[in-house]
Amino acid sequence: MPKHTISALVENHFGVLSRVSGLFSARGFNIDSLAVGETEDPTISRMTIVVDADDRTLEQVKKQLNRLIDVIKVQEIPSEELLEREIVLVRVEFNHKNRAEILEAMNAVQGKVLDTSGNTLTIEVTGDQTKVHSVFELLKPYGILEIVRSGRIALSRKGKMSIKS
Amino acid sequence: MTKLTGAKILIECLKKEGVEVVFGIPGGANLPTFDALFDSSIKVIMSRHEQGAAHMADGYARATGKVGVCLATSGPGATNLVTGLATAFMDSIPIVAITGQVRTYMIGNDAFQEADTMGITRPITKHSYLVREVKDLARVIRESFFIAATGRPGPVLIDLPVDVTLAEAEFVYPKEVNIRGYKPTLQGHAGQVKKAVEAIKHSKRPILYAGGGVIASGAAAELTELARKAKIPVTTTLLGLGAFPESHPLSLGMLGMHGFEYTNYAVAECDLLIAVGARFDDRVTGKVDEFAKKAKKVQIDVDPSQISKTVPVDIPIVGDVKATLKELNTIVEGGETNGWLKQIEEWKKKYPLLYKEKKKLLPQFVIQQISEATKGNAVVATGVGQHQMWAAQFYRFNKPRSFLSSGGLGTMGYGFPAAIGAAFGRPGEVVFDIDGDGSFEMTLNELATAVANHLQIKVAILNNGHHGMVRQWQDLFYKGRHAQSKLTGQPDFARLAEAYGAVGMTITKQEEVRPAIERALKTPKTVLMNFLVEETENCWPMIAPGKPANEMLGTYETLSKEEGGIPQHRKFETPGELSLS
Repeated sequence: MPKHTISALVENHFGVLSRVSGLFSARGFNIDSLAVGETEDPTISRMTIVVDADDRTLEQVKKQLNRLIDVIKVQEIPSEELLEREIVLVRVEFNHKNRAEILEAMNAVQGKVLDTSGNTLTIEVTGDQTKVHSVFELLKPYGILEIVRSGRIALSRKGKMSIKS
Repeated sequence: MTKLTGAKILIECLKKEGVEVVFGIPGGANLPTFDALFDSSIKVIMSRHEQGAAHMADGYARATGKVGVCLATSGPGATNLVTGLATAFMDSIPIVAITGQVRTYMIGNDAFQEADTMGITRPITKHSYLVREVKDLARVIRESFFIAATGRPGPVLIDLPVDVTLAEAEFVYPKEVNIRGYKPTLQGHAGQVKKAVEAIKHSKRPILYAGGGVIASGAAAELTELARKAKIPVTTTLLGLGAFPESHPLSLGMLGMHGFEYTNYAVAECDLLIAVGARFDDRVTGKVDEFAKKAKKVQIDVDPSQISKTVPVDIPIVGDVKATLKELNTIVEGGETNGWLKQIEEWKKKYPLLYKEKKKLLPQFVIQQISEATKGNAVVATGVGQHQMWAAQFYRFNKPRSFLSSGGLGTMGYGFPAAIGAAFGRPGEVVFDIDGDGSFEMTLNELATAVANHLQIKVAILNNGHHGMVRQWQDLFYKGRHAQSKLTGQPDFARLAEAYGAVGMTITKQEEVRPAIERALKTPKTVLMNFLVEETENCWPMIAPGKPANEMLGTYETLSKEEGGIPQHRKFETPGELSLS
């Protein structure tokens, strides 16, 4: 099923995340990725939710989100307007033979080495999904030990979401 | 300005909201609230179980259109409310539930009678609040009543820690509510309304399919006007019963799983289906792809999430049913529907309900007698199961807010406490609980509440010694294996009622039915009539779950062929009207 990016402005208080995640589990919607943080207005948080859904399910996801009192605004960001980033930390094993090779590969994708300890490198990469996946592919041959992903965050090129008052 | 305790603020807010009666049970965590209520002008009705309190608030709300209020303490008090909240949520009934909670600093410490009430009730409430500071209390209550009653109504829960009810604050009742995430669309889009009007004008076989939303928005008059003006027959869902007078010739009664045969045929054949405050529930549609598949579909609903949820709709209109119908009625023109109405008249004659007299009393007959004795003017609550469907089929509902039944959640035990709530909301009116023996047993402890408050509820138990609908399904789909559907160890319900101080009767013969009902109506007390009815009677017709309407079981033709019986034709008050208009 196609992936859709939803940006939701929600009240920044306790319990809202559980309302949203509870809604997804109760109605059987699949969350691919969810990231949440405060916005320029400290009373509002923005959730970026990536869902796996056909058109009808997507319509329900948006409507059900809107039904929550704590959800202020819901917007789907179409792919042509999507400005999307995810940050990932990848830990790989290295040895004296392949170290330079790994660093060179990471350089090409603007990966930063965050930490070197013992025989492991921890690399930080920021980018869209294509980039994130290419980094995983590049590092796979060296043996990926651990991955952590921030979840995708996104804005629309079309400017600010307005809130009806 | 003088300061008030949280408990006093709560009472002042309830008064501002026009609350006259609350239902609930005190306990450790809501003692300050009950103490403040003790000398207030608000009537406090103590139920015998919190589930009863929630259903009472629900029954009160359905019977009056006002917000019902129930109170429970923390922990078990709150968890006991759960079924009642879920019932109200599924049927969009406005109630405000106020639960006690342990002291704010103890929350999360597994304190005595602590439960995560917000967490437990989150998916079964329209919204919920945990009040951590007394200064927020008045605003929270104001918002709760607003959210419960507006848009698509529903239950709202306020979790109130003891220390918040004891703390003091200045009491200022907010004049306005402004919730930025909650702005229901009330006026249907004019362009969409025009499209619906066009569709009606060009339709030859239209049907209005009216649900609980018509009753919730108080639009029964507007619906009737539309039906008459455009000559469109009206079918209602279970929750829509009473939204359109069933004595009117345009009435098609209830559709769906146990709806009338002719009604389901009409829906299958219609070319335009106008859903008004109805949500295409699976008990209505049967097999979704086959439901009204020849029809263009219009859907009017205040909740956008209900539009095209299960059945795709051609002309969606998001808006309050009353406001939208009003607008529609100003410009609507009927199409050429005379042929269609004639066809439906024929079907009505050809496919009536049917039952065959047996040795024992028939439940359908009992309900017909109640309907006649009360002239269709009683407030009728029910439990869930066969008796509920028979009540829907055989009682003639002519007014909104006269049928109280758990449609969405299907909560057995709903009927009796709901009738109690209704009795408080509609004093002086006849309130019936048409119940099953199985359903009634789930909340019969509320007999004490009815007697203690000198209520005059008439309970008619259609006692078939079974969970009858389960028994029917076992016969149809489980090779007649009656796994735990027979009720053994049953009490003598009449004597049970007497033990509580109510009046009990046992009725076994057909000729005793009407006199018993008349006597009950004359007795100014809670009266329980225990009708010992045929145990194996099935509820027909029936569309098996997931099946299309044309595979209906127990049709007139099959039943009359198998065992014969007496056709039960519905009478309409002005049969001549159609040919005159």
